Amino acid sequence: MVSAILPFVVQDAVVRRRGKVLVGPVDFTLSDTGISIVIGPNGAGKTSLLRMMHGLERLSAGEAHWAVSLDEARRRQAFVFQTPRMMRRTVRDSIAFPLTLTGTSKKAARAQAEVWAGRVGLSDLLGFQASVLSGGERQKLALARALIRHPDVLFLDEPCASLDGRATREIEEILARAVADGTRLVMSTHDMGQARRLASEVIFMFAGRIHEHQSAVDFFAAPNTTQARAFVRGDIVE
Amino acid sequence: MSDIWSGLSQAFWLVVTLDPDLVEITLRSLQVTLSALVIASVIALPLAALLSVRRFRFRRVTIAVLNALMGLPPVVVGLVVYLLLSRSGPFGVLGLLFTPWAMIIAQVIIIVPLIASVAHQTLRELWSDYHDLLISMNTTQYQRIRTLLWDGRRGLLTAALAGFGRAIGEVGAIMVVGGNIDHATRVLTTAIVLETGKGDFALALALGFVLIAMAILVNLTIHMVSQTESGDRW
Repeated sequence: MVSAILPFVVQDAVVRRRGKVLVGPVDFTLSDTGISIVIGPNGAGKTSLLRMMHGLERLSAGEAHWAVSLDEARRRQAFVFQTPRMMRRTVRDSIAFPLTLTGTSKKAARAQAEVWAGRVGLSDLLGFQASVLSGGERQKLALARALIRHPDVLFLDEPCASLDGRATREIEEILARAVADGTRLVMSTHDMGQARRLASEVIFMFAGRIHEHQSAVDFFAAPNTTQARAFVRGDIVE
Repeated sequence: MSDIWSGLSQAFWLVVTLDPDLVEITLRSLQVTLSALVIASVIALPLAALLSVRRFRFRRVTIAVLNALMGLPPVVVGLVVYLLLSRSGPFGVLGLLFTPWAMIIAQVIIIVPLIASVAHQTLRELWSDYHDLLISMNTTQYQRIRTLLWDGRRGLLTAALAGFGRAIGEVGAIMVVGGNIDHATRVLTTAIVLETGKGDFALALALGFVLIAMAILVNLTIHMVSQTESGDRW
């Protein structure tokens, strides 16, 4: 039995870059089930919050603790970037890459990659260079690459930005499957429809702070803060 | 003009008849420079990758020094290697002076900074692409270096070929440490210097044409073997 990686407790965390506060101070606890959706206007600090949780941004102040050691926690999570980072490899080798890092043989990793390519609908493109893929295909590759290690927590930074309806639906289906397999999702989005469809809890960010953190049902029914109310209504929040 | 024409025709005949002296010094040129290239690449490429992925205190200084050393005067390198390898020098007991090994050592010193600088330039760009991804995947430093070297191999080939170009045409250092001894350390460039000194311009030119042709041939071969510039292969 592997011990649970969650809850993830963040206390008074601040991310500062070049003297400017991007996030914080924030206090919250990430519970062990569900899909957390991070929403808020541009520049609210959604991306920085996700990067901070994942360990890509160093904390300038405060603390953050997983339920397991940091080293183990880092191994059991993955991140999907807003603009997928493509490696100079074939689709097959790109998806297999994370497995080869943890000591899986090249052959076994490639076989796994083919299975995952099938799940995200990239089977026909296995031999292509990742750099020739379209935007939607790149995002699917990034998802397969992130899920192939069966992470306990998966962070997604606006994975469906600049994708059309069909690609968005396909990605949401993949995500639903990952959740069914026991992956905890933390995802930022600009698409309120998507937030309503997926969220089990909502983190509303504004000017680097978490203004609301509650269950999706409560949040969409009656946001507590005026900014969140305006944002849900579709007004421009500044 | 007549010198150039007679040089061309003499080069043609030397090559067609496979003149034994020409074959010998051409092969020695290749042997010395390719050995130096392999050794220098083994040193310079991982160094370039390390400089890209790792932030340490003297990183900036190291890069600046490497860039500056790209213009290292070969004859000075030759002089220093000569002093180190000479009988009274610290490595005199090895008896390497005036052997092909001495020439290889000198060429390695000359091209390591060049290969490392050019390689670092391309790997630095690749690293800025890969940085977030590789950090996110919890890679070790060794894995990062390996990934950069493999995925950046096309740029690294260019770096290595630049090193080859500098080494194959270099004369100052290998003249000093090799001594241009017939049947021992005579290579194409030193032979050209000798023939020019003797006033045999046609032969010198012929050797020069062979040298240029060989450099082109080696570049083409390496590109063909590694299948770059074909289709969308990296």
